[in-house]
Amino acid sequence: MSWVGQSIERVEDAALLTGRGRYIDDLGTPPGTLHAAILRSPHAHAMIRDIRTDAARAAKGVTAVITAAEVTRLGGPLLAGIRAPIQCWPIAVERVRYVGEPVAVVVAADRYLAEDALDLIEVDYEPLACVVHPRDALDPTSAVLHAGLKSNIASDRSFRYGDPEKAFAEAAHRIAVAVHYPRNSCTPIETYGVVADYDPWEDAYDILANFQGPFSIHPVIARALKVPGNRLRLRTPPDSGGSFGVKQGVFPYIALMGIAARVAGRPVKWIEDRLEHLAASVSATNRMISLEAAVAADGRVTALAWDQVEDVGAHIRAPEPATLYRMHGNLTGAYDIRNVSVRNRVVLTNKTPTGLNRGFGGPQVYYALERLMQRIAIELRLDPLDVIRRNLVPSGAFPYKTATGGLLDSGDYPAAVAAAVEDGGLAALKVRQTSARAEGRLYGIGYTAVVEPSVSNMGYITTVLTPEERRKAGPKNGAQATATIALDPAGAVSVHIASVPQGQGHRTVVAQIVADALGLAPKDIRVVTEMDTARDAWSIASGNYSSRFAPAVCGAVQLAAERIKAKLSRAAAAQLNVPAGEIEFAGGRVHARHNPDNALPFGRLAAASHWAPGTVADGDHALRETVFWTPPQLAAPGEDDDINSSLCHGFIFDFCGVEVDCVTGELRIDKYVTMHDCGRVLHPGMVAGQVTGGFAHALGAAVYEEFVYGDDGSFRTGTFADYLLPTTMEVPTPVILHYESPSPFTPLGAKGVGEGNCMSTPVCLANAVADALGIAEIDLPLSPAKLAALLPRGAP
Amino acid sequence: MSRLNADARHRIRLEVNGRAVEGEAEPRMLLTDFLRHTLGLTGTHVGCEHGVCGACTIQIDGAPARACLTLAVQVDGAKLHTVEGLAPEPGRLSVLQEAFRRHHALQCGFCTAGILMSLDWYLRQTPDPGEVELREFLGGHLCRCTGYVPIVAAALDAAKRLRDA
Repeated sequence: MSWVGQSIERVEDAALLTGRGRYIDDLGTPPGTLHAAILRSPHAHAMIRDIRTDAARAAKGVTAVITAAEVTRLGGPLLAGIRAPIQCWPIAVERVRYVGEPVAVVVAADRYLAEDALDLIEVDYEPLACVVHPRDALDPTSAVLHAGLKSNIASDRSFRYGDPEKAFAEAAHRIAVAVHYPRNSCTPIETYGVVADYDPWEDAYDILANFQGPFSIHPVIARALKVPGNRLRLRTPPDSGGSFGVKQGVFPYIALMGIAARVAGRPVKWIEDRLEHLAASVSATNRMISLEAAVAADGRVTALAWDQVEDVGAHIRAPEPATLYRMHGNLTGAYDIRNVSVRNRVVLTNKTPTGLNRGFGGPQVYYALERLMQRIAIELRLDPLDVIRRNLVPSGAFPYKTATGGLLDSGDYPAAVAAAVEDGGLAALKVRQTSARAEGRLYGIGYTAVVEPSVSNMGYITTVLTPEERRKAGPKNGAQATATIALDPAGAVSVHIASVPQGQGHRTVVAQIVADALGLAPKDIRVVTEMDTARDAWSIASGNYSSRFAPAVCGAVQLAAERIKAKLSRAAAAQLNVPAGEIEFAGGRVHARHNPDNALPFGRLAAASHWAPGTVADGDHALRETVFWTPPQLAAPGEDDDINSSLCHGFIFDFCGVEVDCVTGELRIDKYVTMHDCGRVLHPGMVAGQVTGGFAHALGAAVYEEFVYGDDGSFRTGTFADYLLPTTMEVPTPVILHYESPSPFTPLGAKGVGEGNCMSTPVCLANAVADALGIAEIDLPLSPAKLAALLPRGAP
Repeated sequence: MSRLNADARHRIRLEVNGRAVEGEAEPRMLLTDFLRHTLGLTGTHVGCEHGVCGACTIQIDGAPARACLTLAVQVDGAKLHTVEGLAPEPGRLSVLQEAFRRHHALQCGFCTAGILMSLDWYLRQTPDPGEVELREFLGGHLCRCTGYVPIVAAALDAAKRLRDA
């Protein structure tokens, strides 16, 4: 019997249920720690003519006030993924470019006093014209955010795969959609937190932050603090109150608080409040997309032409413009489309800079692609599901290389769709629709097919560079995952991983994997997940993003367990007088396969290399094994800009039935079915949790949530009473189905599953609403007010 | 009504989870900060500080309340219950806590304390809730991880076990 595959109770939960979690604000601080508060810009775009801080510096309890003067003197700018003559600092330098941009930091004895002193800082602003909509950013006459750029277009690249011109010329039909995907964020319930300290004698920073990775950001922070990487010790707390990508965006504050601690000469702690978080932490990108298909008479798509304008806000913050390129290898989705052209532009606007957010590029891309598939069906008078089925990558074609260079690892898309249609009850749903419509109700059905990428190639972002620029910069590729297994002198097993969990139960799953490998129980394995870059094994790909835990980190754990098991097997073979190949691990014992009585307790064998290394052959000392694993499939972008942007590709097929209230425009979800092929399922309960949680996030993005800005760049959704999250009253129970195609590229056959519904669900709901209302164009969010305005004429 | 000096720290005596405790706070100090940083009860979490998310929910004199919308000086003489007092003894979870663990009704756990404190009160008032009324009650809590489905399942399961006990 294997532990993997069972929904065992989580080892994390008892502490979290009893108030014994150890989140960043629970850990206590060194004696003498000071507290920071941040003064933020009220303007979307303005020159800073003067900052007067004398009164604040003299205020009760205040130790220091930090402005751009200190930050530019002691630090450097934050490097971004593209080369452009612009600088991004963790604090506004000379001008502010979005509402909420940090302008000054007060460091005081407590947070209350620090906030008091913020009121005493006087800033003279000279407001400038601002750019809010990405459409305006393309206008050469609009105000320019960064003088070095001359315009607000930071990158403009075109790509061509196959022969799209020929396909369009020969196509029976050309069908297009134009969409604008709005801004939103997954807003974890715990906000950002940083505790920073600086040692002037070693010129070294020691910083605790609820940062989630990727640790490719570590060198960015080190550069911003002007120290080599070994003088930036970055640690994470044992528990995190959720992230969904968002806590990648704490990194500018890591740099800012590092400098604040240096100036203050004391440790400095900062806990972001919710108003700061909503206004100025980070956002997903909003994106304008025009997507056109060359379509044969039967609905087969022969080419796609993408034109994407990505709005990254006021600065290009690392790893942006990654949101735009994360999906590059799977721009054809779940479909067998061989000809693609792409134009990708990155624009700057006077809004909060963007960063990681669950789905990361997928919601935007699939919103356009799957709206397009529905439009093809409607314009050609075909069944939308038939258009999807007709274009799917066929069974038996895996691994399948996409036109843009992605390698779809495994799956059987037609079979998964057929299973979902059958097991999800599509026929019954269609009957419900027919009877609802017969009563005059507005009932629609939507479909979506999506490929869910996981384990990002650390080189995909360099697709934004030209091949010539890439040659100059040197290749970037791969995705190092790491795991360390240690045996202690009493034979107990400890594991450390650099996955920086944000509540997903990584410690439980890793214990299951190692227990299986070593014939132990999960309770025998102790897993530690807090990170310390000064002591732990890590690499740039470490962290919690791109759904990499199950496929990559668990794979590294499995390889480390196998390596230590092989050493233990050879040591046991010598003691039990059988070949190493006949050694088995089970029930806390190590025994000969054909004679289970010929056995050793696991603990005794595991302790041997500590107590009696002389009895173990050289090279077989089983003490601690650290494995780094990077998949060979993740190559750098090619000369033709082909890129395998992710290692694994899960498959999702969703369908739903919705009703739009004829009077109020309120959207009611009647039924939602989501079929997942995420490879081998390691813990069904956690997979269900990821799917259901992702579904709720997607529902929020689809219906309720939007970061709204006024024409003057003012921020209109600054509280949880304005930025509406779904509650128990809004989230229905989705029907979750599985089709299992193990990945041939990961040690355990698992793929990521954390983000898929954020990609599939918003557009599935939009397709259903478009079907219900009989409309061709619809953008998110599908709020009652918007839908009420779209109700068909003559509705009651 | 007693008048408090804004610049002075005031002694606050209260009962938390059945034990008498005391501490000092300026009138403007939030109860969340007092619980967490003065009394060291960090199980109560701060998610929004404007009363919407529900993460900071505790029980004040037997009724659920947002600790982030309460000043520490307001609870002088009150009886508080927080998540730290829910488990019957170290090493043993309450029926409600066990149901949460069994149903995977938490992921990051940050909102969980508030939800537990609300449900602990609610299931005593309403031992046999229907799913719709339970969902309506839980509408005062935001969770970003679970999608609520397992929370509702855990609460219904706990209600049944408490009734059967």
